[in-house]
Amino acid sequence: MDKPVNNAAWLLVAPVFLIVAFSAILPIMTVVNYSVQDTFGNNQFFWNGLGWFQELLDPSTELGGRFLDALWRNLLFSAIILAIEVPLGILVALSMPREGWKVAATLVIMALPLLIPWNVVGTIWQVFARADIGLGGWAINALGIDYNYTGDPLAAWITIVVMDVWHWTSLVALLCYAGLKSIPDAYYQAARIDGASRWAIFTTIQLPKMKRVLLIAVLLRFMDSFMIYTEPFVLTGGGPGNATTFLSIDLVKIALGQFDLGKAAAMSLVYNLIVLALCWVFYTVMTHAGTERRQEENPA
Amino acid sequence: MASITLDGLAHAYRPDPRGPQDYALKEINHVWRQGGAYALLGPSGCGKTTLLNIISGLVIPTRGRILFDDRDVTRLPTEARNIAQVFQFPVVYDTMTVRENLAFPLKNRKMPREAIARRVEEIASRLDLSSVLDRKASNLTADAKQKISLGRGLVREDVAAILFDEPLTVIDPHLKWQLRSSLKELHRALDLTMIYVTHDQTEALTFADTVVVMHDGAVVQTGTPEELFERPAHTFVGHFIGSPGMNVLPARVAGRTAHVGDVAIALDHGYAARPTGERIELGVRPEFATLAAPGTGLPVKVTRIEDIGRARIARIEISGNPAAAMVPEDLSLDGDSAGLTLDPRQIHIYADGVLVPGEAAGREGVA
Repeated sequence: MDKPVNNAAWLLVAPVFLIVAFSAILPIMTVVNYSVQDTFGNNQFFWNGLGWFQELLDPSTELGGRFLDALWRNLLFSAIILAIEVPLGILVALSMPREGWKVAATLVIMALPLLIPWNVVGTIWQVFARADIGLGGWAINALGIDYNYTGDPLAAWITIVVMDVWHWTSLVALLCYAGLKSIPDAYYQAARIDGASRWAIFTTIQLPKMKRVLLIAVLLRFMDSFMIYTEPFVLTGGGPGNATTFLSIDLVKIALGQFDLGKAAAMSLVYNLIVLALCWVFYTVMTHAGTERRQEENPA
Repeated sequence: MASITLDGLAHAYRPDPRGPQDYALKEINHVWRQGGAYALLGPSGCGKTTLLNIISGLVIPTRGRILFDDRDVTRLPTEARNIAQVFQFPVVYDTMTVRENLAFPLKNRKMPREAIARRVEEIASRLDLSSVLDRKASNLTADAKQKISLGRGLVREDVAAILFDEPLTVIDPHLKWQLRSSLKELHRALDLTMIYVTHDQTEALTFADTVVVMHDGAVVQTGTPEELFERPAHTFVGHFIGSPGMNVLPARVAGRTAHVGDVAIALDHGYAARPTGERIELGVRPEFATLAAPGTGLPVKVTRIEDIGRARIARIEISGNPAAAMVPEDLSLDGDSAGLTLDPRQIHIYADGVLVPGEAAGREGVA
């Protein structure tokens, strides 16, 4: 293949390269730099090699232990909210109106939680769920259930999960709604002529047509929930004890609370790699089924 | 197997239709014979898809009844009618194989497994789909998908009529012919009523035994392709069918003579005087108008001559009214004046767009 070579083109790439360098490459390299050193303040740094990484990945050490615990909490949290938000989002999207003024009204109401800043969401729920002055917390206690998210780990978890479902199910629902709207009427008409049941219409038409947006929804929700910080930080501060201390919260505790820049840097790099790897796995698994079939049919 | 009767059918999309302008479909009375091949022809927005959706049960008409034989199905849901429909864009169930697609309507109707398998094989071989039965339907070409949509209708043994809603829109031109002729074959083999909606006159005229031409929500003519060509009941039919369409010229008619501007044209029939205020027009197809040397027939002015391959067509003016005529092979003209000969039997007179039947030649002789 003959491609015209034009070195002047590098000039056009340069601005992008500079922006990426300052916004991504340089900060990450700074973190890499920290991760191989130790500091006791005073801007004095000591070479530590891969020491932090070894400690981090060894669960028998203090650092490794709390990292693994937080990682499990993150995975559990993401699994729970995906298991709730995806089916719920689909259900909501299916019951949203298709035409008329109700569409606009529903869309606005659905979008409201998405427009609220994250720390405000945390604050809203912190107050709402308080057993003494919060409407929600007070009501639950009035029903005779002992509920106190500041003392009971299970109550704290339930509160955070409910808060996340409240905050983010709209996103899944809106994406699914967009997917549903893109299905031409002819599909529904054909299904009626073919005598398909409501459930058959869902599994044979709606779900397959929503596959792409669902993939995006799952990816977005997974990444977001796996990196969750603000809302639990405002709501519980990671407590009670360490019950809701997720990786990001622990990271900030180490970096800013204890000023262990080396440990925190090593941890954030590993954290970052885990997010990337999991997203890759998700994406590959979810797109795999379709491509595999296509290859079978077109062996060429 | 059934004939379909439309009895005083009309439909308005507004809930409170007042005048005729509110009706997307004006009153229609029509019988679709069992086993007929019909085309519903008309421009976009003329109500043909509305009519089709009423027959298939996707739309409930504002007025009137639909009968399948003697059974009133007006308010029956789609799935309870013996109807299949093929849509403009191919509808296949993406996650299923071709076999599962074809089996789907039968499975939903709880047919026994072996009977389904047998029926699917039979229809697949009829549609030339046997070789792709176990492939995913989503990866096939548009014409194969359209065959699957059709196949899902054909597998049902109870289907009395298949409705086609512009089914060849997304098919490559060279495959259109193929698919259309396999449709014709199927029609002959299966004794099904087929109603084919299209805005393409070639598709309508080649597919159907009977063409129903619609315009502005109303049926303007029902007839064989020959009838539509030779005796358009409405100037719209004359325009819409034929390429180029019929020449329609404003005229004055008295007895057996028509005047277009100051040119007198002899007619085959006499016409009684029409009420004043009606728009009288003379229609003649270009195929029955032949250009000649100046001095022969009617004097006309030639503006342009087009060579369309199989023939030459002259764009002419008769007393300033544009028209089209055929140019004989051996004719050559100097300048822009020429003569025009018309076949008197093929001249039709229209009042406000509607064909006026001429008086019988014998009576005219007496008068």
